[in-house]
Amino acid sequence: MLSRVADSLYWMSRYFERADNIARVIDATHSLMLSRVEVAADQRWYRALTTMGLKLDADNPDPQGAIRRLAADMTLRTSMMSCLGAARENASQVREEISSEMWEQLNRLHHEASALSLAVGDDESVMRLVTAVREGSYAFSGVSETTMTHGEGWRFVQLGKYTERACAVSLLLDAYFGANTQADDLDWIALLASCGAFDSYTKVFTADLQPDRVAELLLVYPEFPYSVRFSVERMYTALKAITAQGANRPRAQIGRIIGRLRSSLAFATVSELRAGDLHAFLNGVLDQCRAIHGAVHDAYIDYPVETAFEV
Amino acid sequence: MPIQSTVDVFSGYTLSDAFDEMFDGKAQPRRPYRKLHKELLKLTPEELLRSKQQADLTFFNQGITFTVYGRNEAIERIFPHDLLPRIVSAADWDVIERGLTQRITALNLFLKDIYHERKILDDRVIPGSVVYTCRHFRRQMSGVKVPRDVYVNVMGTDLVRLPDGRFVVLEDNLRVPSGVSYMLSSRKVMKQIFPTLFRKCGVRPIEQYSQALLSTLRALAPDGRPDPTVALLTPGVYNSAYYEHSFLARQMGIELVEGRDLVVHDNVVYMRTTRGLKRVHVIYRRVDDDFLDPLAFRVDSALGVPGLFSAYRAGNVTLANALGTGVADDKAIYAYVPSIIRYYLGEDPILDNVDTLLMTNDTHRAHVLDRLHEFVVKAVGESGGYGMLIGPHSSEEQRRTMRDCIVADPRNYIAQPVLALSTAPCLIEGNIEPRHVDLRPYVLYGEKVTIAPGGLTRVALRKGSLVVNSSQGGGSKDTWVLQT
Repeated sequence: MLSRVADSLYWMSRYFERADNIARVIDATHSLMLSRVEVAADQRWYRALTTMGLKLDADNPDPQGAIRRLAADMTLRTSMMSCLGAARENASQVREEISSEMWEQLNRLHHEASALSLAVGDDESVMRLVTAVREGSYAFSGVSETTMTHGEGWRFVQLGKYTERACAVSLLLDAYFGANTQADDLDWIALLASCGAFDSYTKVFTADLQPDRVAELLLVYPEFPYSVRFSVERMYTALKAITAQGANRPRAQIGRIIGRLRSSLAFATVSELRAGDLHAFLNGVLDQCRAIHGAVHDAYIDYPVETAFEV
Repeated sequence: MPIQSTVDVFSGYTLSDAFDEMFDGKAQPRRPYRKLHKELLKLTPEELLRSKQQADLTFFNQGITFTVYGRNEAIERIFPHDLLPRIVSAADWDVIERGLTQRITALNLFLKDIYHERKILDDRVIPGSVVYTCRHFRRQMSGVKVPRDVYVNVMGTDLVRLPDGRFVVLEDNLRVPSGVSYMLSSRKVMKQIFPTLFRKCGVRPIEQYSQALLSTLRALAPDGRPDPTVALLTPGVYNSAYYEHSFLARQMGIELVEGRDLVVHDNVVYMRTTRGLKRVHVIYRRVDDDFLDPLAFRVDSALGVPGLFSAYRAGNVTLANALGTGVADDKAIYAYVPSIIRYYLGEDPILDNVDTLLMTNDTHRAHVLDRLHEFVVKAVGESGGYGMLIGPHSSEEQRRTMRDCIVADPRNYIAQPVLALSTAPCLIEGNIEPRHVDLRPYVLYGEKVTIAPGGLTRVALRKGSLVVNSSQGGGSKDTWVLQT
């Protein structure tokens, strides 16, 4: 496969996942915001918004404005609509590679969301936009899964999606667990909802909300699709197939990083992590995801001609 | 003949001085069109409109579109398509086929000659000044050997039919002719919509075009490559013909590459794949000469591949079409094509040219400048209907501008009489009306000359208009070449 095509597939998928994550966080945050009377910059959900690349004025918090910008501001590169646009732009470069159903679904979602985002003003309009993106995103995931060939391109799609997800969930965990203020159930509900995890939590642990258990579900639980560990396992599957070919040195390097990341999650216990330095651990996850991204890019996308291996 | 029916769909059909493809001078359907005519009489305008909508929907769903760029937003439109096929008899096609084969053979000999020995210039058949002043003459190509000595591998010649029924050549497109994807897609749609009629008429197939194109490209591989890697080079998704590039690459099962996918190392061209660099032997390039290599041609080209020309000169990669073919479709050279055919082949042209007056000739220029309103004036290096003046439809202002241009740079212009292009029946808002058409068959030349029996029939959908270019309100229709 052409390196450029693999790169576009990776970024299409990564940006799409990012837009979807933002939609989920806005949805959860909005619901929480309605239950809170006072607004303070050190609140967990407010910190969570800053993980999405939105600069907030700590002295003068404006949650509604922040959410509006995060959803629909096209001048903000990290906004949901910017990410959706970037996903579509990347998809348009590789229309031969993705299925026509995927392109149609992405296109339809883009047009629908663009129309809604022009009308964004009050809370209701933001929520209409967010709902449209979330629903469109489920449809896109389903269509991708069932219509695209699960070949080499698919692996780059998977790698992009789960790398993004592992990073996003780690950032959210860091925002919620790193705050110094007293947390209550509403905070944990917001965090779980930001990862679409509330139902799963009650199924696994009942409705008794314990911070350790929340962290366990989102960080190391192997069977929940939004846990960091689940995402890393999917990255591993994609990488195993991608690195079946290629030069030895980068393959070994990629294998080493993903192997270390997998085992650190497989053998971690949440109580130990929380007693120790959870922030450092989550940062470690992010660093290793970045390292994998860089190593794959250097070995498969933008390798120097002099060291390239000829087929 | 049921009279009410003729009143229905053909009531708006009025014949003019132009040759009509369907009806003869006595308003009787010509032989090749009889079956179609009979079928059409059975249909109501409503049924025709329904079929038309069905066809448009199929085009849209299959993504057979071209992109119109507006502010911030790219809109996809379907290529305007006319439902009724244009029919070419076996006898007419035989002449076209022989004529085009003769023409591409002679033009290739001409290109080889002017980039090597230049005998035709020494023998004063064509003045050297005309050749060397061509915008698309590439001095860099002097002495470069191209595989099989074939420069033009894909040709899209525009033919028109004159009132006497003869097909003549209006334009040679020897650089990167486009439109073949519309020929193939519209055939597919027509087979779905008119299966019975299609079978009854006995239409020659064109579906093998992609295979023929691939064999042509493979036959051009640098020496001793039994299984060459072929790629299609596109300017990218923002090019208006991107759909066609992607379509052809998929049909042939070859990689669709952009300039940034290719690297040249030690004069060998590779594409960057996830499995490493893969050598490319043949490039079907849909990028103009000027933009191919910023080191050899335009330095500001971001579409090209630095070093590509040097790899090409070294014979490590084949570009199809070869570089520098544009000199032979310059509209001033066009006037000499009959002499070119006679010079290299010792034969008379099978397909005639349209009478062409060179503005470098003082007598011709004076004649044309006096009667601009009677002529079509074309800039020699342009295509796609740009830089053109249609005298009878022009304003005083436009003629004045053109006059100044001609006087300032006579080499850049030619003049032709206004031609009455033939008309063919088209479905216009539920009625069948005549519209002017041309015909662009696609000729391939690798190991041998192959011509898909058919082509792109372009239609000037505006009533009375003679301009068939898609950029200027033209559409297309399927072209049926009959078996017998």
